[in-house]
Amino acid sequence: MPTAAPLSRINDFVVRFANVNGSGSASANEMFARAIMRMGIPVAPRNIFPSNIQGLPTWYEVRVSEDGHLGARGGTDLMVAMNPQTFDKDIASIEPGGYLLYDSTKPYPASKFRDDITVIGVPLTAICNREYSDPRQRQLFKNIIYIGVLTALIDMDVAVVETLIAEQYRGKDKLIAPNIKALHIGRDYAILNLAHPIGLKLRKADKVGDKIFVEGNAAAALGAVYGGATVCAWYPITPSSSLADAFTKHCAKLRVDPVTKKAKYAIIQAEDELASIGMVIGAAWNGSRAFTATSGPGISLMQEFIGLAYFAEIPAVIFDVQRAGPSTGMPTRTQQCDLISCAYASHGDTKHIMVFPENPAEAFEMGAQAFDLADRLQTPVFVMLDLEIGMNHHLTRPFTWDDAKVYDRGKVMTFDDLEAGKDFGRYLDVDGDGIPFRTYPGTHPTKGSFFTRGTSRDRYAKYTEEGAPYVDNMQRLLRKFETAKDIVPKPLIANAAKPTKYGVLYFGSTAPAMDEAIHMIEGRGHAVDRMRLRGFPFHSSVNSFVADHDFVFVVEQNRDAQMRSLIVNECGIDPVRLVPILHFDGTPITARFIAKAIGDHLDQMTMKPAKVAS
Amino acid sequence: MTYLAKPKFHHPGLPKNELGYTHRDYEGTVSTLCAGCGHDSITGAIIQACFELAIEPHRVAKISGIGCSSKTPTYFLGNSHGFNSVHGRMPSVLTGANLANRDLIYLGVSGDGDSASIGLGQFAHCLRRGVNMTYIVENNGVYGLTKGQFSATADRGSKSKRGVTNTDNSIDMVAMALQLGATFVARSFSGDKEQLVPIIKAAIAHQGAAFIDVISPCVAFNNHLGSTKSFDFVREHNEAVNRLDFISTRMPIGLQQEPGTVEIVEQHDGSKLALRKLAADYDVHDRSAALGFLQHHAAKGQIVTGLLFVEKEAQDLHAHLATVEQPLNALGEKELCPGSAVLDKINAGLR
Repeated sequence: MPTAAPLSRINDFVVRFANVNGSGSASANEMFARAIMRMGIPVAPRNIFPSNIQGLPTWYEVRVSEDGHLGARGGTDLMVAMNPQTFDKDIASIEPGGYLLYDSTKPYPASKFRDDITVIGVPLTAICNREYSDPRQRQLFKNIIYIGVLTALIDMDVAVVETLIAEQYRGKDKLIAPNIKALHIGRDYAILNLAHPIGLKLRKADKVGDKIFVEGNAAAALGAVYGGATVCAWYPITPSSSLADAFTKHCAKLRVDPVTKKAKYAIIQAEDELASIGMVIGAAWNGSRAFTATSGPGISLMQEFIGLAYFAEIPAVIFDVQRAGPSTGMPTRTQQCDLISCAYASHGDTKHIMVFPENPAEAFEMGAQAFDLADRLQTPVFVMLDLEIGMNHHLTRPFTWDDAKVYDRGKVMTFDDLEAGKDFGRYLDVDGDGIPFRTYPGTHPTKGSFFTRGTSRDRYAKYTEEGAPYVDNMQRLLRKFETAKDIVPKPLIANAAKPTKYGVLYFGSTAPAMDEAIHMIEGRGHAVDRMRLRGFPFHSSVNSFVADHDFVFVVEQNRDAQMRSLIVNECGIDPVRLVPILHFDGTPITARFIAKAIGDHLDQMTMKPAKVAS
Repeated sequence: MTYLAKPKFHHPGLPKNELGYTHRDYEGTVSTLCAGCGHDSITGAIIQACFELAIEPHRVAKISGIGCSSKTPTYFLGNSHGFNSVHGRMPSVLTGANLANRDLIYLGVSGDGDSASIGLGQFAHCLRRGVNMTYIVENNGVYGLTKGQFSATADRGSKSKRGVTNTDNSIDMVAMALQLGATFVARSFSGDKEQLVPIIKAAIAHQGAAFIDVISPCVAFNNHLGSTKSFDFVREHNEAVNRLDFISTRMPIGLQQEPGTVEIVEQHDGSKLALRKLAADYDVHDRSAALGFLQHHAAKGQIVTGLLFVEKEAQDLHAHLATVEQPLNALGEKELCPGSAVLDKINAGLR
């Protein structure tokens, strides 16, 4: 008997699979997560994988939460330990009272295990060796067999898994029956030989509703399709490659002319990030909506071109799927660490537009909106994703689109405008918003042509190195940035039930953990108002939110409190009033972490002396 | 004479092309390069070629990198949009622009400093992709704007104006272009307009990646004794393989050449190139033989010029990508946005 009481929970626990990458476990594990979703229970899977193709440890974590808390929680309640390399560490990470499912073909000494967990052994390798002769089949079906075991252990609806198998192998129908057979081999073994169900149980619910299950990169790519992107130039880099891959797949389905079979898009895998951003700028200069997808190292490489696009005022959309830096850093781990390198990318005085989606639904919306922003503001726009949002499946509200929507192509002077004699100055601010008109190449035989350059120029695009027109132009760019404050996505506020002197600012993938943490913080007797930042430059409500509170926590996933620096810098706020809460070990931030960090701070801030000194 | 404004009036009797434009309609602002610069002659050749081809001046996009050569697009086609991008990156900007609108004519202007050093990668990749463009390198073997450092195309053993001998091997961009799969490869000399103008015309008509290396002496830093890119050296060592006449789709063939010495090459757009062969054994359609020919003559210290290679059935990047005929930048919501009904189906597939 375990020394800690075995955990007993329904629809609220974390299962973690420890595998070897390249072993075919990913699809079985994903099926496990999907089955829970199909049972109407909110679920959040996370892939924790190495920068490697085959042979290194990989984990797949599934958080089950009927209450809909889908941020990472931390800790594991049920460990499916299939990787001898990490066996000891995996066992050590199980919560007291938790469960271990392992392959007991080879006996382990009792000292390998802990006495505060429930240990469940299944001779998986022996079963596979008995059932299959082909080594590849032995490996692949082992994954399905442990899913079968789990269906019995946690009361998973086996019919749902069977349906998923049938869906997955649609078109390869020969594979359906053997997979279902393997599933039942595992399930039957568990029913006959193991105490089941264990304390962690699933129960059908109706908490999923019309939500969809999708990765952020796929959602962002779909946003680019809906937003009218026609040119995509990219260079492979984890964790952004699947965004370009998804755009390619979406376009093949959605953007091929049904009659001519010709493509209404062009995708180039460039020779490097320098070329990919160059192509984006060339295409956007010429009137196409264009984007690239990259990660931190790519942003570093693109700096020179980004400065050109800022100064020459060319739209560009850059999806930055952030990973842990600096340098190559931890390429398969998540962070929010490119805020400053994007906000002020390139040499000289520059400032750039950023948007911060919290999940795939917003990645879709902002992915589309970014093209309107880029065209309207004629400048680079960064969509700040991260590995956590981009490469994991998330349960998210369904995508919506208003068919009445018209793309905002910004200020573009047409042939007719020019013909009518409108004054065209490429860098002339005609109405005070800092945004000039542009023309597309080839518009008019004698009017509206201009020379685009990275050198200084006057309002009519004529080269000059004189101080006054340079300053005039740089000031106008600042006016344009002011204009942007009101058109980038506005922050969202959620006030505490009672008035409080404390606030918290957060953004991006921190959102689900923050939403859960707030309950824990309240549970400790504290009240905190929340503001979720969604765009840069900051809307004026950010200043007033900070002004309305004595102290504001800024929660972010990097070491240097980059968002806090931006707020201090852009809003002129006393840094003392912004308390950094920083998580940067490469794992997604958890509610437990946030609640503890903020709760401990608030305990101290609100502490009353126990005794008054006499 | 850079301090003089260019006069706006012109003689009423100036000859006009088929579209009614005069030579002046293809000019830009006054050059700010040094008097006698080879690049200005290339600018003149580009103007002449566009005038003779009767291109609508605003239907050209002229794109460059950084350097003396990259400044020249200001000096021609004043009614075209121009883009002076960043060092060595003209090819990527041009590729993107070309993807956005396949209907314009793309003229990439670069130099040896721009294309043979920082830009070598982009030079290579835009050629192997087959971007439909005319890529001109104004090659003087020297960094002019920064006062006379060697470039990567300077020949080993050549002397700089300051007396320094170049010990690095030189890059032959023509040989590279051939190896990389450019479908039109030529070399010419800024001092030989008769050769250069028809080559530029043929390159513009070519529906694929056309590369022209134009040796263009730098009068300020690389026109002295000991230089292998000086006017005198190039004139003495120029080995022309052919002389070209360009015949547009609209012109009848009326050549008065001796039979046996003229080869007619038809390009994809229907235009014809009449090659007066000077080297009898030179086959303009044989990529590998062209490479050998180049190397053989380079070893003898000769600079081979002329149209060195042309692929008859060239295909461009748009053909490879199977893009629609309509320019991508002309597509609107109706063509691009799949709409809410499709989105509902996508949602259903994600549950």
